Amino acid sequence: MTQLRADAAPAVAPSSRAARKRRTPKVPYNRREALAGYLFISPWIVGFLVFTAGAMIYSLVISFSHYNLATNTARPAGLDNYAQLFSDPRVATSLANTLFYAVLAVPLEILVALALASLLNQAGRGAGFFRTVYYLPKMTPAVATAAVFFLLLNGNTGAINQFLRIFGIEGPQWLVDPAWIKPSIVMMTLWGVSGTMVIFLAALKNVPRELYEVAELDGAGVWQRFRNITLPMISSAIFFNVIVLSIAAFQVFDQAYLLFWRDQSNASPEASLFYAIYLFQQAFRQFNFGFAAAMAWLLFLIIMVITAIQMKFGNRFVYYEGGRD
Amino acid sequence: MASTGTTSTPVRQVPGLPEDAAGQGDRPIDPNRPPLDERRPGGRTGRRVRRGLVIAALVAMSFVFLYPFAWLLAASLKGRGQVFDNSLWPSEFHWGNYVRVFDELPLGNWMINSVGIAVLAAVSVAVSSSLVAWGFAHFRFPLRGFLFGLVLATMMLPGAVTMIPIYLIWKELGFLGTWVPLFGANLFGSAFYIFLQRQFYLGLPRELFEAARIDGANQWRTYWRIVFPLSLPSFIIVLLFEFQASWNNLQAALIYLNAGSPEDFTAPLGIAYAMTRYSPTAGGQGDYQYVMVAALLVTLPMLALFAFGQRYFIEGVATQGRKG
Repeated sequence: MTQLRADAAPAVAPSSRAARKRRTPKVPYNRREALAGYLFISPWIVGFLVFTAGAMIYSLVISFSHYNLATNTARPAGLDNYAQLFSDPRVATSLANTLFYAVLAVPLEILVALALASLLNQAGRGAGFFRTVYYLPKMTPAVATAAVFFLLLNGNTGAINQFLRIFGIEGPQWLVDPAWIKPSIVMMTLWGVSGTMVIFLAALKNVPRELYEVAELDGAGVWQRFRNITLPMISSAIFFNVIVLSIAAFQVFDQAYLLFWRDQSNASPEASLFYAIYLFQQAFRQFNFGFAAAMAWLLFLIIMVITAIQMKFGNRFVYYEGGRD
Repeated sequence: MASTGTTSTPVRQVPGLPEDAAGQGDRPIDPNRPPLDERRPGGRTGRRVRRGLVIAALVAMSFVFLYPFAWLLAASLKGRGQVFDNSLWPSEFHWGNYVRVFDELPLGNWMINSVGIAVLAAVSVAVSSSLVAWGFAHFRFPLRGFLFGLVLATMMLPGAVTMIPIYLIWKELGFLGTWVPLFGANLFGSAFYIFLQRQFYLGLPRELFEAARIDGANQWRTYWRIVFPLSLPSFIIVLLFEFQASWNNLQAALIYLNAGSPEDFTAPLGIAYAMTRYSPTAGGQGDYQYVMVAALLVTLPMLALFAFGQRYFIEGVATQGRKG
């Protein structure tokens, strides 16, 4: 199931929303039609009741209990699991790591994706070819990416440090030095930035060319055109990408797991302990279901708060064609 | 802003306007002439230089994006001692790696498992989401708007919240260690795909289905005979997206298959297993060339999928940005 793709950009033109409302007549529902409708959506209703609503309630219950997997019994724990969120130092560590990663990754992803999309948008006929090339990393499974970067990022023999040595720079021990672990993972994320790029490219293509032509006749320079035309016209795409990438950043798992946490040794550097990793370990290595469920709810809360802040802040600068409703 | 030269400009569309609106009336009307911004006096050379820079930057970035692939291909053909040498041309070609890897690792099983699960996951989610999407798009019923809002709201929910209860459900039903938990939930539709397919259905002319109704087709026949064939493009987008998502899914395989024997792993779980197996710190011999062969073979199906369905992928991703 897809969880990462948030519904974020409230970009429905208000006029069409109003029109849809007007079209809905105040006549009673046709019973046969309503029944057919419910039948068609019934798979989702069942799935929602079991795998979403039911599971959420179940998860909430588990978070207030000590769950014993061997006997399938739960005894009430009160607020113990939630209290442990504050007393367990690794929760704070993993949260700090995740936040650090998100703050580093999301702006870089936006910048790089936007820069690449702008380049592609100016490439004319060659754009299709380059877009294909840039999209290939996005098709590469995260485990394959991590396996390759594991060797590319090796501090002594890795290709990246070898490349830096050409310029007389001795690169860091990427995957060993705690300070460089998160930048390393950001680098892997950036290699697969093309999904975001494609969304920007679609937005850029929607900017009416007339605007640029008029601005150019008025003597606006490249930067002014970007600042006053491009940026406002694609602001809803930026907004959407920031929200989706932030939510994804808070759940970063695959690369970190593959590089640092796949064998259950305790030698893994704490700097690579992301929230989703710690949650997974608590749930499926230690089988502390109660605590892991509490961690999941904290994650949900954090994501909600951050998304809400972004929405509130975003509404101030996002330009909606045709005005806001 | 440079364009392919076929883009029409507002100036060109106005009939009867003097051609030298941009100050270059001496040139004859040429249907392929560059747009207005390239016709400014003195603008042409500047544009050419700029365009050259753009292409140069794009080529440079291509190397950045392609280098890991080239490196991977080379490494997969090297011997144990050379995997780390970063040479893009192996000093000695070990073609045998591609044969021996299947003795070293149950890679064939992993691929078969991953294909099986991905096909089941993709088909089940595409069919169920299509039905649900049609229900939301075509019929009027009480609470429709509210329920569709719920569909969209579920996209905000991090998977971690429901991960444990869903595990317990599958455990209770006796499906741990089977493929079922890796595709079962897909039988009930998935929010993003429902959204995507509904968008598509809303774009179909309603008269089409009303005509079918008058001809006496029931709702199911209408869906099956008319709606489904028409919606094939959006159906393919969903199939491809979910196939990829399932193929890459490491976490679910870790939860449900990791306790079993390596033959039952999926490809991503297998790569994780292989990484540990050859890791010198875990007692391995550092035979990373096998990991690289496996990583390459696991990536190839995705590249093939992209070669086949590139426009569907691009369209699907672009749709994500437009939703809401």
